[in-house]
Amino acid sequence: MAAETLKTTALHTVHREMGAKMVDFGGWDMPLQYSGILDEHRAVRSGVGLFDVSHMGEIEIHGPDAAALTDYVTTNAVAKLQPGQAQYSGLLYEHGGFVDDILVHKVAGDRYFLCVNASNQEKDYEHIAHASRLHATVEFASDRYSQLAIQGPRAIATLQKLATADLAAFGYYHFVDDEIATIPARIARTGYTGEDGFEIYFAPENSEHVWNAILDAGQEFDIKPCGLGARNTLRLEAGMALYGHDIHATITPLEAGLAWIVKLDKGDFIGRAALARQKEHGVTRKLTGFEMTGRGIGRDDYEVYVDGQPAGWVSSGGPSPTLNKNIGMCYLPAGYSKPGQRIQIVIRNQPVEAVTVSTPFYKRTN
Amino acid sequence: MYPEDLHYTKQHEWVRVVAGESVVGITDYAQQQLGDIVYVDLPRAGTALEQGKVMGSVESVKAVSDIYAPVSGEVIEINDALATAPEKLNQSPHADGWLIKIKLSAPDEIAGLLSAADYEKYVAEEETGH
Repeated sequence: MAAETLKTTALHTVHREMGAKMVDFGGWDMPLQYSGILDEHRAVRSGVGLFDVSHMGEIEIHGPDAAALTDYVTTNAVAKLQPGQAQYSGLLYEHGGFVDDILVHKVAGDRYFLCVNASNQEKDYEHIAHASRLHATVEFASDRYSQLAIQGPRAIATLQKLATADLAAFGYYHFVDDEIATIPARIARTGYTGEDGFEIYFAPENSEHVWNAILDAGQEFDIKPCGLGARNTLRLEAGMALYGHDIHATITPLEAGLAWIVKLDKGDFIGRAALARQKEHGVTRKLTGFEMTGRGIGRDDYEVYVDGQPAGWVSSGGPSPTLNKNIGMCYLPAGYSKPGQRIQIVIRNQPVEAVTVSTPFYKRTN
Repeated sequence: MYPEDLHYTKQHEWVRVVAGESVVGITDYAQQQLGDIVYVDLPRAGTALEQGKVMGSVESVKAVSDIYAPVSGEVIEINDALATAPEKLNQSPHADGWLIKIKLSAPDEIAGLLSAADYEKYVAEEETGH
């Protein structure tokens, strides 16, 4: 694997210099870990962690019909958004499967800002641009943004030192266009860890300045640079879906437990007819949380048995550093998806006992 | 950094030859590559191991890796402490984090393993990507 062929973020050199262990993540050379996944995971749960997530994509939709187009290509209700508000949503195919899961930010009535998954960004752009028969411009904007995630109970205290806006004045899933360490930045109170925190978007040429300013500001809270390893264990504990694992082109939001981002009564949108049919007939399989009761770790793609018969597969699984258990999410026939169902995860040809549980596995108390 | 009295494999296991019961573990390089180790699966005492065959696995937060038997023989004892404290593998791979004790059935195999100096050279080549 030659590093030259991988895509890199503006902070690539910084990661290497800081001694991060790098990994090929969907074609991007990204930090897997710095001090260690467990150490970084704990920092985010108890203090604050800083992630470079500049591999994520950005798409901007603007023009008189920007709202109508955004609403037509996404599952959630764009009309309910106020300027400065964000929502989690799905981009679907006509058949109801996921093109991607995304964040929609309403910048203004005629301007929407989408944050999309790294490995899906070109596909998402094509999908949206192809759907546009309206007076709206769809712009592939990933090259214009770096994205950092500042996550943990001390994220707000860290970032407040560098912002001019009062960050406590806006709540979860709201954002403000302000600045961080004098650099213009979009500051959104969103995240993928199950903690309070922020995701910020700004011009890539300022990446090193902003990264270092945040590390300095967070020093008194023992801020840790974090990699994608901790990002994955954190989001799994929070029961958040990962594209390519828990959701993908042949999984619908109703199967993935994401009915709350589907607004069938909002008017037509791509995938609506398929979802309406599926809702009427009922879903046959459901994304279900589990924890291991036997010795072993259920991991992605392992088979799941019920009463000795093949019943499904693990979509995401691994150790939970916070709960000190081995947890995961799996697809099971709807009849087996209630909490308390005994299941077996096949680990290296051996069925190991597990039990279904409700998600999220971890919910913050602060 | 790699103790002189151990014999090494290219799969990153080590053997300390002791009369009657030799000790097997994974190297410091292996634990660094794996990251935080959270689970270790070892063969039961009494199991006959064959050199080069999978004898167990070690799991980090992120991934599962097979452990290969560096030598042939019968498992005499396993390091029970690893069941509750797998982090010993990260902290002390060449001592407290040992995996199994084994009675060698083909002591000649030892001569085919790498010395500390050769192993260190091999790891340096691995790290620079050959």
